[in-house]
Amino acid sequence: MRQFDTELKELRDGIMAMAGVAEEMLELTIQALAEPSQAKADQVNHLDRRMDEWELRLDQQCIDLLALRNPAASDLRRIASSLKIIPELERIGDHCCNIARRVGMVHPPILAGNDLERLGTETRSMVRRAVDAFVGNDAALAHAVILSDDSVDALYGKIYRDLLRIMLADPLCIERASHLILVIKNWERIADEATNIAEEVLFILEGHSAKHPYLHGDSVE
Amino acid sequence: MLIPTIPETKPIKLSVRDMAFSYGQKKILDGLSMDIHAERVTAIIGPSGCGKSTFLKCFNRIHEVAADVDVSGDIQIDGVDIYRGGIDVVDLRRRVGMVFQKPNPFPKSIYENVAFGPRLFGVQDRATLDGIVEDALRKAALWDEVKDRLKESASGMSGGQQQRLCIARALAVNPEVLLMDEPCSALDPIATSKIEDLITELKESLTIVIVTHNMQQAARVSDYTAFFWLGRLVEMDLTERIFTTPKVQMTEDYITGRFG
Repeated sequence: MRQFDTELKELRDGIMAMAGVAEEMLELTIQALAEPSQAKADQVNHLDRRMDEWELRLDQQCIDLLALRNPAASDLRRIASSLKIIPELERIGDHCCNIARRVGMVHPPILAGNDLERLGTETRSMVRRAVDAFVGNDAALAHAVILSDDSVDALYGKIYRDLLRIMLADPLCIERASHLILVIKNWERIADEATNIAEEVLFILEGHSAKHPYLHGDSVE
Repeated sequence: MLIPTIPETKPIKLSVRDMAFSYGQKKILDGLSMDIHAERVTAIIGPSGCGKSTFLKCFNRIHEVAADVDVSGDIQIDGVDIYRGGIDVVDLRRRVGMVFQKPNPFPKSIYENVAFGPRLFGVQDRATLDGIVEDALRKAALWDEVKDRLKESASGMSGGQQQRLCIARALAVNPEVLLMDEPCSALDPIATSKIEDLITELKESLTIVIVTHNMQQAARVSDYTAFFWLGRLVEMDLTERIFTTPKVQMTEDYITGRFG
């Protein structure tokens, strides 16, 4: 194996490790909210430091590869996209912390059914599949992740409307509902970040941007 | 699709269709078709022995100094076949200048190196020659460095200066096309950078075809890049496309260093 391939593999392994921490934070966040568990919420915050450390380390790895290896074609796309995927993962960690911070403020529950838990698990699934698409060079999976965002957005909208109704019906619920609106907004943002990662995977694999498809009709080919 | 169909505002200067080239029984180039646009830099890349330099030599028929050469297909300059169009080969070589890998100044003064071509084409008047020499040296970004020592021998110049002198020598006969065969391979990074800046300036009035082994140089200076392999054109496209999203796997493997 070429030395450059070894270094690219190290970068990929690093991103996988960072994504592993993100998935752990997502799982703990879901559990912390559902149980509720302050201890798990504290763990989420603790793990965020590791995400920040990974971000600095992997950013430097990318810059070094660009400076020292003059990458071209798919190597260039992989490194350029890694530079965008890394901060997406870091922001996923930040959003988990934002949710975990509110664990004590949203109980006892005011939402009926399991929509809130579903929003968390569907979002976590998007992140997991986006990372799997990156690791496995799986364009079909990346496309599927992008499609899933609509379902998360719809669920977010439904919960948001439910919370408005609850607040109108019972002013005593306003404080918890306000925190819950921020919680679901953070889940929705995480789903967007998973979508962004999937778009970067498609750029790596297919060589053209999957972002803003409504603009593609204007591009000069 | 080997001939790019991108919107291009500059006219086609050199057109190659189904060209083949052999030395004796050995086929060097085969089935080559491409268009080279005026006032653009076209880089030819590919592994050693793929026919890049041979291809370059076909544009001013300089290969004809070797025996047992066979060229077939069409090569046109401004729509005129350079092999069968009744073109005077001396005039062709004035129109299509060449700079080689190793600087090769004549063992003469700096001035005489540049004045050599115009003299050959009949310019005798000293004032006219002085003007041509100064103009060519200025275009080659060399004038300020040598204006006070034009009578000194060119062999006393640095490698980078010698190469720019060779470019000035080519420019002195007012060419339309400049062929450059690895012009920086013998130069240090500073001299290389000067030549690369020069290429960018010269393309405003010239068609430039450059052969290079340096991928980054091709990426830096060229508008189009053509990848050759075993005497065939594998892929040609806008340089930014070749270096970000090549269409052919073999091109990808070559520019990422995974070839072979």
